[in-house]
Amino acid sequence: MTRAGVMATVVWGALVLIALIIVIFARYTTDLSAFLPRSPTATQRLLVDQLREGIASRLILIGIEGADPAERARISSSMGKRLRSDAQFVSVNNGEPVGLDRDRELLFNHRYLLSEAVNPAHFTATGLRESIQETLDLLASPASMLVKTLLPRDPTGQMLQIIDQLGNERQPPTVDGAWTSRDGKRALMVVQTRAAGSDTDGQERAIGAVRRAFVAAVAEVAGAGAAAGTGGTAGAGTRTVGLPPASLELSGPGVFSVAARATIKQQVTRLSIVSTALICLLLLWVYRSFRALVLGLIPVASGALAGIAAVALGFGAVHGITLGFGVTLIGESVDYSIYLFIQSQQRTSTLWPTIRLGVLTSIVGFASLLPSAFPGLAQLGLFSISGLVAAALVTRYVLPNLLPPKLHIRDLTPVGVGLAAALQRMKTPRALLVAIAILAAIALYTHRGPVWNPELSALSPVSKADQALDAMLRSDIGAPDVSYLVVISGPNQESVLRAAEALAHTLDDLVDKGVIAGFESPARYLPSKAAQRARQESLPVAADLRGNLGKALDGLPIRLERLEPFLHDVEAARNQPLLTRNELEGTSLATGVDALLLNDGARSSALLPLRAPTTVAIDVGRVHSAISKVALGEAVEAVVLDVKGEVDRLYSSYLSEVVRLSLAGFAGIVLLLLIFLRSPLRVLRVVAPLVLAVLSVAACLVLMGRQLTLLHLIGMLLIVAVGSNYALFFDRRSQAGSVPLTLASLGLANAATVLGFGVLGFSSVPILAALGSTVAPGAFLALLFSALLTNDFRARPGCAAGPAAA
Amino acid sequence: MTRALSLCVLLMLVGAPWALACDSDLDRIMSALAQRKHGHVTFVEKKFIAMLDRPVESSGELLYDAPDRLEKKTLKPRSESLVIESGVISAQRGRRHYVLDVKQYPQVMPFIESIRATLAGDRAALERVFKVELAGNFDEWTLVLRPLDSKLARTVKEIHIEGETDLIHLVEIREADGDRSLLTIGADVPQ
Repeated sequence: MTRAGVMATVVWGALVLIALIIVIFARYTTDLSAFLPRSPTATQRLLVDQLREGIASRLILIGIEGADPAERARISSSMGKRLRSDAQFVSVNNGEPVGLDRDRELLFNHRYLLSEAVNPAHFTATGLRESIQETLDLLASPASMLVKTLLPRDPTGQMLQIIDQLGNERQPPTVDGAWTSRDGKRALMVVQTRAAGSDTDGQERAIGAVRRAFVAAVAEVAGAGAAAGTGGTAGAGTRTVGLPPASLELSGPGVFSVAARATIKQQVTRLSIVSTALICLLLLWVYRSFRALVLGLIPVASGALAGIAAVALGFGAVHGITLGFGVTLIGESVDYSIYLFIQSQQRTSTLWPTIRLGVLTSIVGFASLLPSAFPGLAQLGLFSISGLVAAALVTRYVLPNLLPPKLHIRDLTPVGVGLAAALQRMKTPRALLVAIAILAAIALYTHRGPVWNPELSALSPVSKADQALDAMLRSDIGAPDVSYLVVISGPNQESVLRAAEALAHTLDDLVDKGVIAGFESPARYLPSKAAQRARQESLPVAADLRGNLGKALDGLPIRLERLEPFLHDVEAARNQPLLTRNELEGTSLATGVDALLLNDGARSSALLPLRAPTTVAIDVGRVHSAISKVALGEAVEAVVLDVKGEVDRLYSSYLSEVVRLSLAGFAGIVLLLLIFLRSPLRVLRVVAPLVLAVLSVAACLVLMGRQLTLLHLIGMLLIVAVGSNYALFFDRRSQAGSVPLTLASLGLANAATVLGFGVLGFSSVPILAALGSTVAPGAFLALLFSALLTNDFRARPGCAAGPAAA
Repeated sequence: MTRALSLCVLLMLVGAPWALACDSDLDRIMSALAQRKHGHVTFVEKKFIAMLDRPVESSGELLYDAPDRLEKKTLKPRSESLVIESGVISAQRGRRHYVLDVKQYPQVMPFIESIRATLAGDRAALERVFKVELAGNFDEWTLVLRPLDSKLARTVKEIHIEGETDLIHLVEIREADGDRSLLTIGADVPQ
């Protein structure tokens, strides 16, 4: 080993050690962060907060199927009891009127602070008379049962006013006391977790608790049924024979992220094992040398380590998806050692310049991903660049030192000769390639409309079946689809609550006009101090109220003496402390407030979810123009957030960004080739097969009915980046020594790449599958077209043609 | 008939002196009521509430479609509608719309079930909720319903339903606190 070689090996060993340490201590994530923008705008920040931590992100939708309705209801009730006693859950709703008494008591005791109808006019003689008359009318109505008991303390109907204010939620129908889907086939529950949606560990624990509660509830219900059965009654016997046992279905953002994490983990592990194994087998079969195999994997492993370490350093956390992409690196970096082993038997001086240029084109291609706002892509870019550079450097400077003086690998000349002969036989007229190009272009042109999938969900690792289940449970449960929000932000809680109250009138108007069907507001549960104080100040002193009430009751069938409790309550309310968040503790109102009112130290936000009319989507522009006319106060602003629309806009901005970046990457590669090859004609010869391969793959995908996502686009960029290696070898074949050996090494390298990406193509994670199914065929076609476009293989007849005849 | 008669006699002998009418009369009334599949009549309802010096009065129309749809359309003092269908109450009052599941409001149930089951001639349903007594005969009868459930009995003491053959004239609900309501059924509303 030379002195330089020793140095290189030592440096390599040290770097591997450092990288290993970084990799071991790196943070790995699988949450949404790969899809969320790195440097968000204000609206995007809100969106990101909502997606990561908002109410919607904390909901777990539960469906109980199987058994009969009564049994499902009992299971639901038993689960409800268990989950309500679990601190992991903020709220558990299954249609049981649990906690309603406490809620009612709180509302009743604070009715004069909470009711929007409380104002000075309400307590004048006329105002009192009007509202009492209305209550009397209500007594005549079927609702009298509910009103009668309230009359002495609340003759002006403030409690009902509050219930009206709050009770506009659409709830699922109830069967046997449990929420039930409209088709009556499943019992429904909604739980809200304390853990944020982005806290995958917390979500996983909560989901585990739900599953355990279900198992325990099923056992309890079955036990009760069996007990009734042995007791001699028909209890358990009434259950129809052949009914499927009760089963549990879960959905919601947390459920998805937990499942996605499991999928990604499992997939990344399995894919790396499978593709490593396949490539090892391939190499072993080719080299017939275990030693060569191990040596050949050294650059690959070094590259993977370097890639992960670089991402960990550059991004603070490595996303699981990035590791998935890493599988692709195995396929590409193994090429270098293949070239080295097979072609080193010739003059290496021509080998390295070609490899160098190949690495450079790959780097330029991947570098175009670095500035992407889509963190997943930027990580992929950094990972691949550092991985490839490391692999190439290790192959160039370290691996030769480790090679034994005489590495015995199988002589691949016959294979190369065979390949050359095969290519020679299928030598097609160039017209055919031109025809392929034209056909592909036509296919792409005619399908240009639906070619791109405009929705981010196309990238989601959540399966279509799970998405359908989610949509079904969501529509059954009715309420919590937080698709449209008015978000108010201001310096403190009081300011945003005031703004929410100011906006309420405007939003009521929009309800009347049918623009929205309704809205929620934290100010309904917790009015601003200003509003509470104003209401309190509008309560008259005892003597005045008595006088006004006396006048108001003139001619009405109720006497003042009956309403002493009312006089007493109003007087008490005049001196009542204002309602704060603390008073709400332990009621469902606290849940409402906490979900809709956020404080992050410096700023507060109030969320006002809007309900869309049943038939049409909300016209965001109209809502926006209506609320922008309202004066909200110092440093307070309100925006309308269309969550799904915003997410899709985000995605399409990624998409157009990736189109730009890919074109830039392509241009960069062409420029690089121009600089190194110094001949537009040679550049054309290198680039033409690559473009042809990209066109063909894109056309095939489109013709197969696939909608392309940005990952397909990235895949196309990779075809160019990887395929350029092959094209360059063909371009330089005149100086590259043995044509059969070059061909054999290219064939082997290509097979390794196709294997690596091909395995990825079978992933159930759409991102990985998209990339794999694009690059694997693309890389193969790139080699094939490069070979076919090369003039001929008879440049050195002595080498190629001779043995082929044998 | 003889068997039914002897059953009657037997019942009286075993100590049911309140059972003035024969059990078979109840069946006869019920089956007559069950024949009517549709009804549309006017009503006047007076509520006597202890807190109020005079009863509150409302009036409107009642619509019935067998077996379980009942609509109470109040026109005075203000218009509102209450539809009870398959155990779900939907109420419309002014601009507001409420939907309740009867099972969630057990205190409302006897009010509804007494009228609905009587109109439907569904004796079994009536007897699930009430102890049912019949006074009078087929041509002029009074059903007295008392809730079986002691919790219900704390709100509703008894319900009197008066009628002749297959027509109901009056529904009186007596609440445990002494308040009562009197629903008088008037003429058929011409279709």
